[in-house]
Amino acid sequence: MKPIYILCARQLKRYVRSPARIVGSLGQPILFLVALGFGFGSMFARAGGGSYLNFLAPGIISMAILFNAVFSGIEIIWDRQFGFLKETLVAPVSRIQIVLGRTLGGAIVAMAQGAVVFVICLVFGFRLHSSLLVPVAIVFMFLIALLFTSIGTAIGSVLQDMQGFPLIMNFLVMPLFFFSSALFPIEGLPKVLKTAVGLNPLTYGVDGLRGSLSNAFAFGGMTDFVVLSILTAILLAIGSYFFSKIQL
Amino acid sequence: MGEMIAVKDLVKNYGDFCAVNHVSFTVPEGKIFGFLGPNGAGKTTTIKMLTTVLDPTAGSIRVNGHDPTREQKQVRRSFGIVFQDPSLDDELTAYENMDLHGILYGMPHGERVRRIHMLVDFVGLGDRKKDFVKTYSGGMKRRLEVARALLHNPRILFLDEPTIGLDPQTRNHIWGYIQQLSREEGVTVFFTTHYMDEADRVSDEVAVIDHGKIVAQATPSELKERTQSATLEDAFIALTGHAIREEEANATDRLRMMGRVWRGGRRR
Repeated sequence: MKPIYILCARQLKRYVRSPARIVGSLGQPILFLVALGFGFGSMFARAGGGSYLNFLAPGIISMAILFNAVFSGIEIIWDRQFGFLKETLVAPVSRIQIVLGRTLGGAIVAMAQGAVVFVICLVFGFRLHSSLLVPVAIVFMFLIALLFTSIGTAIGSVLQDMQGFPLIMNFLVMPLFFFSSALFPIEGLPKVLKTAVGLNPLTYGVDGLRGSLSNAFAFGGMTDFVVLSILTAILLAIGSYFFSKIQL
Repeated sequence: MGEMIAVKDLVKNYGDFCAVNHVSFTVPEGKIFGFLGPNGAGKTTTIKMLTTVLDPTAGSIRVNGHDPTREQKQVRRSFGIVFQDPSLDDELTAYENMDLHGILYGMPHGERVRRIHMLVDFVGLGDRKKDFVKTYSGGMKRRLEVARALLHNPRILFLDEPTIGLDPQTRNHIWGYIQQLSREEGVTVFFTTHYMDEADRVSDEVAVIDHGKIVAQATPSELKERTQSATLEDAFIALTGHAIREEEANATDRLRMMGRVWRGGRRR
């Protein structure tokens, strides 16, 4: 257990010690929140959707978690080439312990970043439906974080360098974000898009978060939880498998 | 005296390319063993296989009596390594880097603290141990890496070009510690270098590898005698020829370039 703990703690220390990274990765969520939240707000209200900011905020929190989680996972590439990963790979601990420590640490960092965005949403006028469901929201935030850190870990274990990075951003992370229910409601979507959104794991994260923060579930909290948990378990296993196959 | 490392018919192929071609050698316990060869000769590939991070294509390896492909934990516990590239976490302090290593190697708290203090003093970093590694010079990082590699009392110390890019003072310091360790604690040292004067001075025995094959294994003076050369460098050239080796830039080199651009060349 101790190796898992110390590797996890390492990620947290690195996060807390780089304020530039914390502030830097807030730019995008704030941009989306302000531009879309206020830009589309009146249209959304006129269409009978209520407060768009309240609808959007859980989506933006999910976005912050998604981006940070995938980054945390992909950090393996940096660590792998400049050294620190080697130090862990020659240590007498199992690869599973290493990958669990890393992934858990990355997930907690991504979740912390989500929590910061949550506070910013409150500042911009987001109102909680009920503070009783905040613990449920935290569970969903953690599941989103763990799921996408696992994806990042799997990718980071397979790639040799950062050349493929734009590919991942533009063909994985961005589509995951845009084709989820983060920005728009699912009902009334064209059939193809609806299917795509329904197959996207982030949709269930957003839905769980939106349900617990704004009391507006599309699938129901239990469905979201079960789908996310199963997917997270599968992806964590895949990430661990690829990590265990790394050769230097 | 026993054999600390025994390698027999070791082969590593990458597709059609044979990086290590039926290599055999042994390293006696407690000796300082120089593993020499031009760029791309297969030195680092061999070290990777000895240290469990790369699977051989064929052949057998024994490190401290264990097989690196099957008894990874026993092998990993037996050695400490200083890699060719830096492998510290820059965002942690020197102490934190050491502590993390101790925990990964399962050292109990008391012993960990005691040995960390002893070793950072040993490499002359005692008063800088609370500083972030990113504030260290290249030589200080290397010394810290040597200290870290020794933390868990390894029987073997692997050093892959430990003195590259360092000034003569730091090089002398580092070899000073290593020779002292070898003398006093009987640690077996396996190292690679391109500095032949260094290899001549510190090695009890050297092996020369070229194009993935061992071309000679002997003491430095025997090699000089055999090739009728005045220095080990001349002997090395006599054994491996004058041709300059082309080595393809690997992913690490490319990424290091990017890292330099991104991080303003802070690394190293």
